[in-house]
Amino acid sequence: MMDLLLQIALDFSVLSLLAVGGAPTVLPEMQRNVVEVHGWMSASQFTDLYAIAQASPGPNILIVCLVGWKVAGLAGALTATLGMVGPSCVLTCLVAGAWDRFREANWRRVVQLGVAPLTVGLMLSSGYLLTRSANDSLAAYALTGATVVALMVTRINPLWLIAAGALIGLAGLV
Amino acid sequence: MSTTPTGTVIPTPYELFTGFLRVALCGFGGVLYWARRVAVEERRWLGEAEFVDVMSLCQFMPGPNTLNLAMVLGLRFCGWRGAMAGFAGLMVAPFLIILVMGMLYTSYGNLPAVQSVLRGVAAVAAGMMVSMGLKMALVARIRNILCLVGIAAFVAVALLRLPLVQVLLVLAPAGIALAWWWQRNVPASARRSGGGT
Repeated sequence: MMDLLLQIALDFSVLSLLAVGGAPTVLPEMQRNVVEVHGWMSASQFTDLYAIAQASPGPNILIVCLVGWKVAGLAGALTATLGMVGPSCVLTCLVAGAWDRFREANWRRVVQLGVAPLTVGLMLSSGYLLTRSANDSLAAYALTGATVVALMVTRINPLWLIAAGALIGLAGLV
Repeated sequence: MSTTPTGTVIPTPYELFTGFLRVALCGFGGVLYWARRVAVEERRWLGEAEFVDVMSLCQFMPGPNTLNLAMVLGLRFCGWRGAMAGFAGLMVAPFLIILVMGMLYTSYGNLPAVQSVLRGVAAVAAGMMVSMGLKMALVARIRNILCLVGIAAFVAVALLRLPLVQVLLVLAPAGIALAWWWQRNVPASARRSGGGT
């Protein structure tokens, strides 16, 4: 059990420091670790957990809480969550002071400019992998596509879409 | 609570806690929208431009953007007690709620009805992620040569399934170098944006 918790703490601490842009960027890596490297759950179970995290309030990084819970109960949930947010929080606090000081510095603009496309690429990777593992029918792909269109062209609250997805699922349409 | 000359309000740790608790409990499918609304519009902790400036740090640093924001604002207004207050406000209630959801999933996750609902929600959740990526891709800041870095990241992570550490170790310096070259060698008039946020 201790070994398992240590493994969780280690895995998520590393992810924490890689998570430029937040949960979306490390989701593919998390799935790779949890499903392919450790075999803690199947890809579709992982996708279920992500769906639960999306349907709950709060930062969607809390999927790590569910992953930890699934692997090692309450201790796992706490370990995974603290592992995931601890290192990045400490780092951000340490850097915050310096960041203000270099407000006008050119290197700061260059770094921002260079990292932005990386964040976007990783986010789209997450979207692609979630779409692949969440959907096993044409109707499900259509639902994903409709969600994308709705969010791109309207200002609808995503909560309505989640509720609609739940109903469409319950009706057995996807 | 006290008011500054610019009309913004300096919160206490308790107000930071309640502010981010509100952000957490409203934030279904993404808390960033609510963070801006509470911090800038409702509580007036900081102005619009200041928010963008702080946010650029929070997006660039690893970790959940909104959690970084809670820490940075807490630290700025009330030192480490403020940072703790922001952290607790944003994380504790959602942690408990999601744990209950997880327990329900463990007990009832195999029921056909629950599986059906989750299939629908998962399809929507995937779409939310795709649209967030697309919206960010449409921002002018990366509609130039720098998008190559984003495409490389997508190929490496989504298609080739390479480990993220190696991908970031190669692509982050490459992106920054490319941004540096681009800023020096492409005249400002030919760029779609002058950098920054």
